[in-house]
Amino acid sequence: MHHGPAAKLEADKSASKKAKLGLILFLVYAMIYAGFVFIGLSNLELLSNHVIGKQNLAIVYGFGLIILAMVMGFVYHFFCTRFENNMNKKQEDKK
Amino acid sequence: MIYDISLGAVLIFVFFVVAVLALSFYFARKTKSAASYYAASGTIHYGVNGIAFAGDYLSAASFLGICGMIAFSGYDGFLYSVGYLAGWVAALFLVAEPLKRLGKYTFTDALDARFDSKSIKLTASISTLVVSIFYLIPQMVGAGDLVVPLLGLPHWVGVVIVGSVVIFIVATAGMTSTTYVQFIKGALLIIFSTILTIYILNHGLTLKPGGEAPDLMRISAIVDNGKVVGVSDDEFSFSAAYEVNDKTFVKLESSGIYRWFKLSEKDNYLDEALSLTIASDGTRLYNGEPRSAQKFYQVGYVTQILQDGVEVEETGPLGPFTIFSALENSELIRYSRIEIRDEQTTIWYQTPTSGKDMINPGLLLKVSSKHGANFWTKLNFVSLMLALFLGTSALPHILIRYYTVPSQRDARKSTIVAIVAIGFFYILTMYMGLGAAINGVLDVESSNMAGPLLAKYFGVGLFSIISAIAFATVLGTVAGLIVASSGAIAHDFLDNYLDMKMDDRKKVFAGKMAAFSVGIFAIILGILFKGMNVSFLVGLAFSVAASSNFPAIVFLLFWEKTTAKGIAASILTGISTSVGLILLSPSMFERYGLPAASAPFPMDNPGIFSIPLSVIMLVVVSLMTQKDNSRKVENYHLSKSA
Repeated sequence: MHHGPAAKLEADKSASKKAKLGLILFLVYAMIYAGFVFIGLSNLELLSNHVIGKQNLAIVYGFGLIILAMVMGFVYHFFCTRFENNMNKKQEDKK
Repeated sequence: MIYDISLGAVLIFVFFVVAVLALSFYFARKTKSAASYYAASGTIHYGVNGIAFAGDYLSAASFLGICGMIAFSGYDGFLYSVGYLAGWVAALFLVAEPLKRLGKYTFTDALDARFDSKSIKLTASISTLVVSIFYLIPQMVGAGDLVVPLLGLPHWVGVVIVGSVVIFIVATAGMTSTTYVQFIKGALLIIFSTILTIYILNHGLTLKPGGEAPDLMRISAIVDNGKVVGVSDDEFSFSAAYEVNDKTFVKLESSGIYRWFKLSEKDNYLDEALSLTIASDGTRLYNGEPRSAQKFYQVGYVTQILQDGVEVEETGPLGPFTIFSALENSELIRYSRIEIRDEQTTIWYQTPTSGKDMINPGLLLKVSSKHGANFWTKLNFVSLMLALFLGTSALPHILIRYYTVPSQRDARKSTIVAIVAIGFFYILTMYMGLGAAINGVLDVESSNMAGPLLAKYFGVGLFSIISAIAFATVLGTVAGLIVASSGAIAHDFLDNYLDMKMDDRKKVFAGKMAAFSVGIFAIILGILFKGMNVSFLVGLAFSVAASSNFPAIVFLLFWEKTTAKGIAASILTGISTSVGLILLSPSMFERYGLPAASAPFPMDNPGIFSIPLSVIMLVVVSLMTQKDNSRKVENYHLSKSA
C-alpha cells in the first residue's frame, strides 16, 4: 500500500531550510513558554506584580504568549514563502 | 439545578441541528470515493480549513470547560488556554508541512511513509483510536451538560442526541461535511464570544448583578472546646458535625428539612452551603428539599468593589484591561466542593476569595506553598503544561485536516489562520470565565455551563444562540474525532494492516461502519463520565497524544536513525504508561468511588513521565534495530529532500 499524499504535490527544494527555521522558532517559543512555567513554580508572587500599566505579570505574560504565537506565525510564513519562491524558482530556471 | 425552558431557545437549537444535517445531506451526494470521505479530496481552501481547524480545536473543552474552570478557579483555567494555543506553535513550526507531504488520509500514513511497516500500522491505528476516544469523552459529557438547561432533558439524552446526529453526519458525508460544519461553527463561536465579551465589559462589576441573591443563611454557632455543639437560632436544631480537610461542616434540621453549613474560620458563624444528598430511596435532595422546591441556587458574586480606595456598588462599563484592575481590588465568593460519604452528601461551600487571587495562578493547580503546594502538585503543573504544549501536534483528528488542503503552503497558511482565530478566542475565555464568576450564574453541579449561563444572564436570545453554537461545537468536534477513528479502523487497520484489499466503495462502507461503532461507544462513555470538567478530561487526552504520538512524529522528521520498530515501541510505551498512570490517578480514584488520597499515582497528569519514557524507548529500540533501516521503501527524510 502506497501512502503518498492525497493531492499531488510539487517537489519542494526549500523543505530542509524551512524545517530548520521552524525548529529554531519552535525552540525560541518553547524557552519563553518554559520561562512562564518556571516563574509559576519558583516565584509565583512575581506573577502578581504590576508590569505594564496596572496589569500583573500573569495577564501580560499569558496574553503575550498567545499574541507572540500569532506574530511568530506570520514571521515564519514570510520567510518560508521567500525560501520557496527563491529556491523552487532557481530549480525551474536550471531546467 | 432547575432551569426555565425557553421556546425560542428550543427553536434556535432545532434550527442549528437541522441546518447541520441539511449540510451533511448536501455533501453526502458528493462523497463517492475514499479520498473524498477521508480527506475531502484535498480541495479545501486554506482559509476555510484554518477556521475549520479552529472549529475542530475549540471543542467543548475550550468553550465549556475553560470558561467554567476560570469561573470556578480563576487564572488556572486560563493556563489551559495558554497551553492549548502554544501547542499550535509546535504544529506550525514542526509538523504542518512535513505531515502534508508524507501522508494520504491518516496520521498513520505519515508515520509509515518511510517504512511500510505492519507494526507502525497497528500501533499508530491503536494510538489514533485511544487518543480519539479520550477526546470524545469530554465532548459527549459537554453535550449532555448543554441539553439540561437548554431543553430541560436529562444529561444522558443530550449524549444520545449528539451521538446519533454525529453518527448520521459522519456515516453520510465524511470529511467534506465535517469541514464545512466546523468552518461555520468555528466562525460563529468566535463572533458570538466576542459579542458576549462586549456585554461583560459594558456591564462591569456590580454587587447586585440582577435577580435575587441566593437566600443563604448565616447563624451563630455554639462552640465548646473547638467543637460545634449547637446553634443560637431556635428555628434550627443541631444534627451532626463533620471535620473535613480542617474545616467543620454542620448539619442542622428545621421543620423536618436538613441543611448544611460551614463554620467560618474567623468567627463562630455558620454559613449555609449548597448541598445535594442522595436519600436511601435514591431521591435527590437539593438543600434538603426536592428539586422542584427550587432551593438550589446559581451563585458566584462580588461582595466588595473598591475603586480608587472607595467602596462602590458598581463600576459601570470597563475596558479590556481596566476590568482586571477593577477585579484585583475586589472580593468575591467562589464555591468549593467536598463530599461527606457517611451522609451521601456533596457540599459546595462559600469560599471568600480576593480578586487578586482570581487573576493569578494557584487556586486550582497548587504551585506555591501559600496554596498548599508540594513536590507532586508542582510536578503535576509542569506535566500539564508540557502535555498541552506537545499534545496539539499529536492529535490525529487535527492532523488529518492537513490532508484536506491542496499544498504544503496551504497547510502552513491554514495553520496560521487557525492560530490567529484560536488565539483570539482564548483571550476571550478569560473575560467570559471571569464574567461568569461575578454575575451569579454559576451552576455548582456543572462548571461546564458557566459560559452558556452567562449568556443567559444577558438575554435568552444570546443564550439560545450561544448554546446552539456550543452544541454544534460538540457535533463538529465529535464528527472530526469519529472520522479520525473510522480512518484508523477501516483504512489503517482493515485495509493496510490486515491487507483486506478493499475497493474504494468497500473502504467507504468500512469507514461508515467503524464510525457507527465508535459513535455508540462514545455515547456510553459520555454517560459514564457525567459531572467531570471537560477541559480537565481533554487535558488527559493531550497527555496520551503527547506521549504516544509526538515523539514518533518529531523523531521521524528530525532523526535519521529512527526505525519502524523504534516508532512502534515508542507509541506502545506512550499509550500504556499515560493511560495506565491516568487510571491510577486521584481523579480517577474519585470516579471509582474511592478516596483520591488512596490513588497509587499522586498526580492527574502523567506526561512528565510518559513522554520521556516514550522518547527513551524510541531511541533505544531504533539504535538496536539499525539494520532495518536498509529496508526502507522510500526515503522521505527532510535531510535528503534539499
